Amino acid sequence: MSKNILTIDKLSMRFGGILALDNVSFEVEKGSITALIGPNGAGKTTVFNCITGFYKATSGALTLHTRQEPTSINKVLGQPFQLDDIFKPRQLASRIFYKMFGGTHRVNMAGLARTFQNIQLFNDLTVIENLQIAQHNTVNKSLFAGVFNTKAFKESEQASIDRAYELLEVFNLTADANRLAGEMSYGQQRRLEIARAICTNPEMIALDEPAAGLNPNETEALAKMIQMLRTEFKMTVMLIEHDMGMVMKVSDFIIVLDHGEVIAKGTPDEILNNPKVIAAYLGVDDDEVAA
Amino acid sequence: MNIKHSFLDAFVAAILATIVFGPIMGIVLDGYSFNLDVPRVAIIVGIIFVGRFVFQLTISTQGGRDFFQQFEKGRAGSIEVTDPGIKTVLAKAIPFIMLAAAILPFFIGKYWITILILAYIYILLGLGLNIVVGLAGLLDLGFVAFYAIGAYGLALGSEYLGIGFWIALPMSAILAASFGAILGFPVLRMHGDYLAIVTLGFGEIIRLVLNNWSAFTHGPNGASAPPATLFNLEFKRTAAEGYTPFHEFFNIDYNSTHRYIFIYLLVLIAVAFALRLKHRLVKMPIGRAWEALRENEIACRSLGMNHVTIKLSAFMMGAAIAGVAGVFFAAKDGFVNPASFSFIESALILAIVVLGGLGSTVGVVIAALLVILIPEVMREFSEYRYLVFGLLMVIMMIIRPRGLITIKRDRKFSTKGEGAVVETKQGEGAA
Ligand SMILES: Nc1ncnc2c1ncn2[C@@H]1O[C@H](COP(=O)(O)OP(=O)(O)OP(=O)(O)O)[C@@H](O)[C@H]1O
Ligand SMILES: [Mg+2]
Repeated sequence: MSKNILTIDKLSMRFGGILALDNVSFEVEKGSITALIGPNGAGKTTVFNCITGFYKATSGALTLHTRQEPTSINKVLGQPFQLDDIFKPRQLASRIFYKMFGGTHRVNMAGLARTFQNIQLFNDLTVIENLQIAQHNTVNKSLFAGVFNTKAFKESEQASIDRAYELLEVFNLTADANRLAGEMSYGQQRRLEIARAICTNPEMIALDEPAAGLNPNETEALAKMIQMLRTEFKMTVMLIEHDMGMVMKVSDFIIVLDHGEVIAKGTPDEILNNPKVIAAYLGVDDDEVAA
Repeated sequence: MNIKHSFLDAFVAAILATIVFGPIMGIVLDGYSFNLDVPRVAIIVGIIFVGRFVFQLTISTQGGRDFFQQFEKGRAGSIEVTDPGIKTVLAKAIPFIMLAAAILPFFIGKYWITILILAYIYILLGLGLNIVVGLAGLLDLGFVAFYAIGAYGLALGSEYLGIGFWIALPMSAILAASFGAILGFPVLRMHGDYLAIVTLGFGEIIRLVLNNWSAFTHGPNGASAPPATLFNLEFKRTAAEGYTPFHEFFNIDYNSTHRYIFIYLLVLIAVAFALRLKHRLVKMPIGRAWEALRENEIACRSLGMNHVTIKLSAFMMGAAIAGVAGVFFAAKDGFVNPASFSFIESALILAIVVLGGLGSTVGVVIAALLVILIPEVMREFSEYRYLVFGLLMVIMMIIRPRGLITIKRDRKFSTKGEGAVVETKQGEGAA
């Protein structure tokens, strides 16, 4: 089994005339905390959207090594038919299957969860309901059991509520369990979004600017939580972040993106001393490098 | 200064009103020539001028601004999280309401029974569409197609396959749901507007097929549908071969009202079932998934939910309920024709859902009753009903976009009792 949980090989993404990502290649090691940094518009969110199946990559191979088997992200999103499908009925069948039932959700089912740069919650539902929805694939979905409210159904519902409370405890949101998600403060919403992603039992989680809009105390607490994702939940974490203090503190490995290209990869120390990075990104703000 | 601004604004509105209403109201045809009717235009323009002026003056004051802003903020305020155990007055009253509804047909005439049957059928339709539009957030403008499929399922099913009311009931539901699946699967991966247009087209296609495929559907002449039977007892003066008429079996005089009372009771039971179903669905994973999709599709996809199949399930569930409603409709009249399934019916059902409040069950029931009963009560104004519905919908969208009834969400506690903590503290403090 590969020691990398995610391998990205020559990923390119084109939006009309813009080449947002140009031959991006990197690996994410199992159990690591990997940061993806770069100036605004570098293409970080685009990388996330490609690996989590929200965009179909223009070219390149993206492979997840989760749940004891490799998953090709391109494949589960549904690929166009090829000429040689005619001679390979199994390949054709799998293509038809993923064309019909494939899509973004398959990436999550394979074990990669994510959060968004602009928070995406179910605002008019309660916090608990947000977390229950994330357990959609594990609860008792039988129509019969639900309509007649059988014992098995009640137990399954209560189990999902209990799991939700466990996570709320971890993310310090227990007191807000029965509030509407949209009513909460920004920091609380960010934490809820992470908790909700964890509810899907992923092996890897991708956080898009989790510290954006948080005050220094909240950022401090968030850094602890991110480390806990690895220690307690045994997850691999990948994050996009502009807060350099936090990136340097939590991450084992850093990938720097600029204008859609990887300009550097390495440990925090290596990145700090990489002249290319300083020129492209950190050099803009010397104080932050020093900090 | 404010007055000057308001005056100018009202003046512009008045000019626009003159342009719009001038030709429509000012020119009155008289044979081949026409007369100009200036006073009519002047009155309407006057009303608009004064109205706009007053509105502008109101919002230029702080109080007026607050008054209008409260509607904009009203959104979040119309959702409330309450303890699951608490039974509202309404919930307690439901058995009594049902009982009253069940004995009602024995005291009113045939005319009112048929109108109430229609109202109940619209409750069914409203509940079905409410799943699609209210819960799952899919704008379906061709809902009447499934209603038609249900109704024709009974009529044509009995003609070609010899099936009766009771077989047609589940068959039509399945048939309508299958049509829903066939239509939905390719289009549900699209976003809202496309779906609205495709369903609109689908509704029209079904109607046109029913109208023009005369060899199969008898076209505009319609098809007859068999009435409902009670354990093989027919509600007719003389029964068909192999059947016994209801009145002979019970040794009572024949009364054509019996048949309507019977259908009335059946529809009432169907409504009760549908209400129960809706009540349970929102507490089930599938109902939660529908609401989640309505709230935020992107988040749903990121959580491993297949948005296409979830939407499809809502679409099919709604279609199945409409199919059942269609069977009742056909059995009520003993006759169906394509004219009953025009676009305006879809619009009416949508009006019921919107007036009742997207996602609200009680609201839909009340709205369906109002929409069907009010035009009957006020026969002489019935031509204006779409005008009134239109106005009501505009007002609703402005002041209560979430419906008249406050949406309630259940408070949920962990096995250890977490979630209740804050409340007991408050309770102790108050005691
Ligand atoms: N859906 C899209 N359509 C067209 N262009 C896009 C799309 N998504 C991203 N882009 C373009 O791709 C480039 C990279 O955007 P991206 O959002 O990935 O940047 P980012 O590194 O996340 O920036 P930030 O730090 O501001 O979040 C930008 O030029 C953006 O305009
Ligand atoms: Mg970004």
